[in-house]
Amino acid sequence: MASTPAPRTLYQKIFDAHVVEQRDDGTALLYIDRHLVHEVTSPQAFDGLAAAGRKVRRPDLTLAVPDHNIPTTARADAQGNRLAVADPQSAAQLDALRRNAPLFGIELIDDLAAEQGIVHVVGPEQGFTLPGTTVVCGDSHTASHGALGALGFGIGTSEVEHVLATQTLLLKRSKSLEVRVDGELGPGVTPKDVALAIVAKLTAAGGAGYVAEYTGSVFRDMSIEGRLTVCNMSIEAGARAGLVAPDDKTFAYLQGKPRSPKGADWDRAVAYWRTLASDPRAVYDKVVTIDAATIAPLVTWGTSPDDVVAITGIVPDPAALDDPARRAAAEKSLAYMGLTAGQRMQDVTVDRIFIGSCTNSRIEDLRAAAAVARGRHVAAGVKQALVVPGSGLVKRQAEAEGLDRIFLDAGFEWREPGCSMCLAMNPDKVPAGERCASTSNRNFVGRQGPGSRTHLLSPAMAAAAAVTGRLTDVREFA
Amino acid sequence: MRAIDIIAGKAYPLGRPNIDTDVIIPAHHLKTITREGLGQFAFETLRAEPGNVFDDPAYAGAPILIAGDNYGCGSSREHAAWAMADMGLQAVIAPSFSDIHAGNAFKNGILTVVLPQDQVDRLLAVAKDQPITIDLENQTVTTPYQDRFRFEIDPFRKDCLLRGLDEIGITMAMDDAIATHEAKMHAETPWIEGAARAA
Repeated sequence: MASTPAPRTLYQKIFDAHVVEQRDDGTALLYIDRHLVHEVTSPQAFDGLAAAGRKVRRPDLTLAVPDHNIPTTARADAQGNRLAVADPQSAAQLDALRRNAPLFGIELIDDLAAEQGIVHVVGPEQGFTLPGTTVVCGDSHTASHGALGALGFGIGTSEVEHVLATQTLLLKRSKSLEVRVDGELGPGVTPKDVALAIVAKLTAAGGAGYVAEYTGSVFRDMSIEGRLTVCNMSIEAGARAGLVAPDDKTFAYLQGKPRSPKGADWDRAVAYWRTLASDPRAVYDKVVTIDAATIAPLVTWGTSPDDVVAITGIVPDPAALDDPARRAAAEKSLAYMGLTAGQRMQDVTVDRIFIGSCTNSRIEDLRAAAAVARGRHVAAGVKQALVVPGSGLVKRQAEAEGLDRIFLDAGFEWREPGCSMCLAMNPDKVPAGERCASTSNRNFVGRQGPGSRTHLLSPAMAAAAAVTGRLTDVREFA
Repeated sequence: MRAIDIIAGKAYPLGRPNIDTDVIIPAHHLKTITREGLGQFAFETLRAEPGNVFDDPAYAGAPILIAGDNYGCGSSREHAAWAMADMGLQAVIAPSFSDIHAGNAFKNGILTVVLPQDQVDRLLAVAKDQPITIDLENQTVTTPYQDRFRFEIDPFRKDCLLRGLDEIGITMAMDDAIATHEAKMHAETPWIEGAARAA
């Protein structure tokens, strides 16, 4: 009699399907289906290959896109000629990718292409990311791709080189974590708030060693773009990957995308993708549940993404923390952020606004921000309010809907796609001591520029902060 | 890669939790296209603090760093490991590490040692004026006092570190197994290969 196979989680199913060789010590050589390459974490990997005389094993499964360094101002003159990048080091990294991609037979979506954008926006919108595939990139926000039911995770440059050379990675299985959010989200509560609530609940280290799977009615009802926002921030809770089981929404999103399967391949793929759900009796190593009704519009107050408080709340008091190390860290955070315990979050004024990044730069994010900005104006005290679409295709779609006009009329800047003000590697930076309401993913010390102060929040809340010049409860704009 | 066995010497008693890779090496130093030269910029934001352990002559050139939990969280940048190696670090001891950073450290010959918080606290106290010894072969951390803490390490990583092995070379020798998987993928899930490039 055949034995019943043990119930497995979605993560285990995808992992098992990609094991090239299982080792006795618990590690496995895992096959990689999709490799996204950008200019910052690849030059040393290509150099390593060249030095060893090695080739890229599967250039056809590899896609290169510049995003981190690239300026978000105009890239070509009126004749379409590429404008020089002023920073010589940025230019050198962009040139290295431009040189290495053709040398190793890899397709490059370069700066002037309409499809260029942030790798984690480009992968899904191109249909390069598919359910059940393994997706890697030398960037920790590769967790984003889990929104389509792909096992996506970030790797370092040595691993980039390893994948280029062998199309595999040596990995230890992660533990599985179920993050279940059931119920109805309240007014003004967006996927970004759900993501921040999860990071706060798990803490910045709580997901380390785990791959998260997001389950429950909130994710079932959430759009693919919302799921991308939530999966994107898995790494802020320490989880290397986050997954949502693919469903009809996923298939509808992917159908007709430039690189999605076509014809008979599509039908066969969908039939397979429908098997990609955790078995009903699958056991997770850890389960965390959140009641959707308890999530308010959120904002960060400190320098760790789990330093989260409701917009209606106050700056917490470090003295209330029992652990001396945590208390010291919180005191340092407040000093860095220029905040005082007990201060109302809504009284915190901001200098800059950043709407963009791989977390929140998709069309739904821009629509949500535009809905608040429409017919209003950026407050006098705000020095800069940037809107940076995640890709050229997002930008084109937004312009077709007239969102660019809404932003420009309201006093925002409308930019070319890239990572922009998320990480201070390109000209978009927050000067020392200035405060930014940002839709990005990290509020680390110096993240948006040396001495920069970051408050993470949703696109709608960022637009509301732009209009009032202070952190603002978006529900006031309903 | 250089083989490692015994790491002995001073240790920076940092002890702070959630040291992210933006703190280890800020993004504005990531614009290099080589692996060398980042050590001078390592922990730049911490070194701006008066009295920081990195500029304390008592710990100059220490091969070991002792940190709080979730060391190396955040960005996957391997530049963090390159910067640590370039400043002479050979091992980090902490209650926990980010998965990605621990992998990056390993690939650059830096040993990550996980010990419970109370043992890390003890080492932080001892390291203020005494050296620490890490014995990879025997998986122990010892001090000039009677402390002897055992740590766990993945056997494959231990072997690679002890022998200084090149992981890519090891995997390339498994070409047959990789080709077998690719043949299965080609037959059973053909859309994975067929769809990667735009029509």
